[in-house]
Formats: sequence, C-alpha cells, structure tokens
Amino acid sequence: MIWNEKIECASREEMEVIQSERLCETVKRIYHNVPAYRKKMQEVGLTAYDIHGISDLHKLPFTIKTDLRDNYPYGLFTVPMSEIVRLHASSGTTGKPIVVGYTRKDIQMWAEVVSRSLTMAGVHRDDIVQIAYGYGLFTGGLGLHYGTENMGASVIPISGGNTHKQIQLMEDFGSSVLCCTPSYALNIAEVMKEMNVDIKNLKLRVGIFGAEPWSEAMRKDIEAKLGIKAIDIYGLSEIVGPGVSCECEHQCGMHINEDHFLPEIINPETLEPMAPGEVGELVFTTITKEGIPLIRYRTRDLTRLIYDKCVCGRTLVRMEKCKGRSDDMLIIRGVNVFPSQVESVLLSMSEVEPHYLIIVDREGTLDKMSLLVEVQEQFFSDEIKKLEDLRVKIARNLDSVLGISVNVKLVEPKTIERTAGKAKRVIDNRKI
Amino acid sequence: MLIKQLSIFLENKSGRLNEVSQILGSNGINMSAFSVADTSEFGILRLIVSDPERACKVLRDNQFSVSLTDVVCLNCPNEPGALAKALQILSDNKISIEYLYAYSMGDSANVVLKPDQLELCIKVLQEHKMELVKASELYKI
Repeated sequence: MIWNEKIECASREEMEVIQSERLCETVKRIYHNVPAYRKKMQEVGLTAYDIHGISDLHKLPFTIKTDLRDNYPYGLFTVPMSEIVRLHASSGTTGKPIVVGYTRKDIQMWAEVVSRSLTMAGVHRDDIVQIAYGYGLFTGGLGLHYGTENMGASVIPISGGNTHKQIQLMEDFGSSVLCCTPSYALNIAEVMKEMNVDIKNLKLRVGIFGAEPWSEAMRKDIEAKLGIKAIDIYGLSEIVGPGVSCECEHQCGMHINEDHFLPEIINPETLEPMAPGEVGELVFTTITKEGIPLIRYRTRDLTRLIYDKCVCGRTLVRMEKCKGRSDDMLIIRGVNVFPSQVESVLLSMSEVEPHYLIIVDREGTLDKMSLLVEVQEQFFSDEIKKLEDLRVKIARNLDSVLGISVNVKLVEPKTIERTAGKAKRVIDNRKI
Repeated sequence: MLIKQLSIFLENKSGRLNEVSQILGSNGINMSAFSVADTSEFGILRLIVSDPERACKVLRDNQFSVSLTDVVCLNCPNEPGALAKALQILSDNKISIEYLYAYSMGDSANVVLKPDQLELCIKVLQEHKMELVKASELYKI
C-alpha cells in the first residue's frame, strides 16, 4: 500500500520540477522574512532572485545548530507568532534548547509524511498503534500521533516509561504496532520475559523505531524477541521531527520525503558535494515548511543516498542507516546529548572545575550515562553529607539541562587525563 | 584545645589507603588516630597526625584532595558510663555531634569529636570539668 502514489512513485524529472518550484518559493520566503537569512545570503552575494531551481542549491549558505541558538527562540521563524500553532524543542550544544515552530499547514504536512511512513512500513487504518515515544517538547510522541490519526488508525498515546503497564495494555488493547526507541523495545522484551508473557498471545506485528542509532544485529534481535517486523524511521526536530524518512517493508534503506525535504550529501571537511552514492554528511533543505524553513541544514549524520527505484515501487530517494556523526553528539536513551552541555553546567557551578569524563554504557538494554568529576581542593568538604549534596546538585543541574538522569561520580584530583590538544571527554562502551 | 584533623578524599579504589600510609610513613609523619567514613562511591579518611601542616603539604604534592578541620579531643576515664556522661552534657546544651571516633589506652580513653558548635562545645565541656586534650599532646601519641 502506498499513501500518496503520485508523489511516492513520481519520475525523477517530475520530482525535480516540484522541488525546484518549492525551493524558489522557500528561498523567497526566508529572504523576505528572516533578517538573519537575508544577511547570510547577501554575504555571499545572493538575493532571492538568484535561485532558479535545484541546480542553484549549492550556491546557498549552510545552516548549523548555532544559527538556531544565536536566533533563539523565534529569530528564524518566517511568520508572526499568531500563525504558529505548535512549538517543539530539542537539545542544543549548550544550555539553551533548539526551538522550532509549526504553522497549521506545517502540522498537516508533518502528519502527511508520517502517514506515508507508517503506510510504507505496512501499517493500515485497522491497526492499533501504541506510541511509546515521549510526548511533550520532544517531536517523537506527537509526530507519530498526528500521522497515525491522520491515516485513521487507533492511537494509544501512552508515551514512554512504566513498562509493566505498556505490556499490560499491549495484551488488553490488542496493540498491533509499537512505536518507541529500539533500546526501549528491547527493554520491553526483557520485562515481557520476566512477566512470562508469550509473544504468540500478542497481536504485535510491526515496530516503528528511531530517535537513536541501531544496528542490523539489534534489528534481528528485536524482531526475534517481539515477533515483529522492525522498521527504521528517521527525523530531526529542526527539519520537522520523525517522518523525514522511513523504511518500507523491504528494509533496504529509508525513503526520504524529498518533495518536502531536499537531501544532499557533503564532505564534512570541505563542505563540497560528494559524488553520488558516496558516504558523507546529510544536509536537508525544507521546501514546504512555513514556520521555520531551513536552508541546507547540516544534520551531522553520516550516510549515503540511493537513487535507484526500490522493489516496493517507490522512486523516493533512499538513505542508508546512519553510520555515525561528524560531531561529538551522543544519543542516550533517545535523547541528544552534547559534551559541551555538560561543560556549560560544570562551568556554571563554582564548586567544580570542568575536568570531567563522560562514560556511556548499555546495561542490559538501557543506556546509562555516568559523569566523572574531580573533587576540587577548595570545595572538598570534611563532611560526607556536603559531598553527597554536591553530587546530587550536579546531577540535578545536569538533568535539567540534558533531560536525562546522569550518575555522577566524584573522583580524585588529576585522575582525569589532561591533554595538550582536544581532551577526550567521552568513553562510549556501547556496542550498538 | 583545637585539634587539626586531616580529611582526605579517597575514591573506592584498592590501594588508596595504602598509598596514604606509605606517603606519611616515608615523610616521617606518625598517625595518632584515624577513621574512615565511607559511602558506596567514595570515602573520607580522617587522621590525627604528628605534623598536620606538613602532612597536608606532602599529600597535596601527591595529588590528594586534603583539608584541615578543627576538632576537639576529650579524654575520659576508661570505664562504663564515662562517654555517656559527656554526651549527655552536650545533648543538654543542644550541641550536635557530626561524627566522633575513639580509642582506649589503659585507664583513659581519647574521644575525637566534631561538634556542630566548636566554641560552645569547648566551653561547656570545660565548665563541667571534662578534660580536653591539647593538640601538642595528641600529635605525639
């Protein structure tokens, strides 16, 4: 089943015509409405009228996370707030989050691309969809929610956590589709085993997993343990949220909704386009968004594009599972974490110096982040209570900035390596 | 009456306690009393030594986090009820004890304690004719 056959099976020529038209409209929109973008374009000698189609895309300047931070919160919006019907936020590189705004039309477009994604994954209107992605500022929960409703399937808006209840509802409500992070899916499988739940008694058929990287090995593991087909979905809040791309039932790359999100692959060092089929950094230009359109946004995800027609019949370009990142961002339990955020928290506290080490482990199925911080002379207290209070205060401040709980461990001074060059701040022990 | 006690931060790693005693030993510093307070993550080693200032320096030179804390040392008879009597006096005067550690030597016992109100504690104990050990004497033990 294909949600929108006309677009999803369009010829390359038809698609390029659509993309060119939409790109020009978007460039005009941001040039006239966003001073920051107009300035960026004029700095490279461009006006909105110099862009005639997708062949001019490479002339446009890139957008990076700090552009959103520098224009926090609404500086990159092209419409007044009265037209913004939704705000979402995700992690920035320091204390401030990245804010995105959606007009009514943007919300409808988002629902459309998620409906396409669910349909290509094999979900249909008679399915009962358990959405265990977090609901809130995070785009995961609400993104899947609106897309599921849009196609007429039944939503269980359970959000994350409370695994025993998740399983009970799965049994009682007859959920046929599960949407959550892949590591949470494995966690659910583990708890099912503890509860002696037989997957043969469940109606689960498909899983839509994303928000963090996961390997083919993990996919096979989830499919075996839950008795489902495990589909990879991709997205990022800056572009829209989940639904930027998704695998079809053949699981051979994620189809990008390129009539809304124009993809490129660049060399992260030189910023030049890579040759077709080569691995490089994924860049997106949103060509239909009204609230916060972004031009050549660098995702920092590394992958390659496949332009051949897929076995499923769709011509939408596919991207392979991301192979890594061109920056130091970590994804822990589906949440983006930057070492620089940790540093900014420590710098704001006079009791500690920013000599730290982040250690990430996966214990069983869930990610755990530990932070080693050196005890500084002047704040070393003779009382256990005071040291404990300091430890708890650091953990609380981190939780409030990062959005996840961190196990803070105080260590002796000078035990964290000092290096002349860039300090190694992260030890990631996970084998994904 | 104020005793300078060393407090040393120790990670729960094997060999740390050993290292502290090696460093003090090789620098000719003697330990008179000690206690370790521990949590699952780390410990605080509290020491009364023969030369607190110098001990502080040599430990810091060896990358330890050290601080000096003022405590008092009460000397009471080594018999049942002696400690209880002292603690009652403190309690009656609303003085709380953060921590204490003690050892007996023959007829008497030394009780090193950290009260929440140092000056008041000294005053009250002296008023009740309790014997407080001088720093210079304690360091020599």
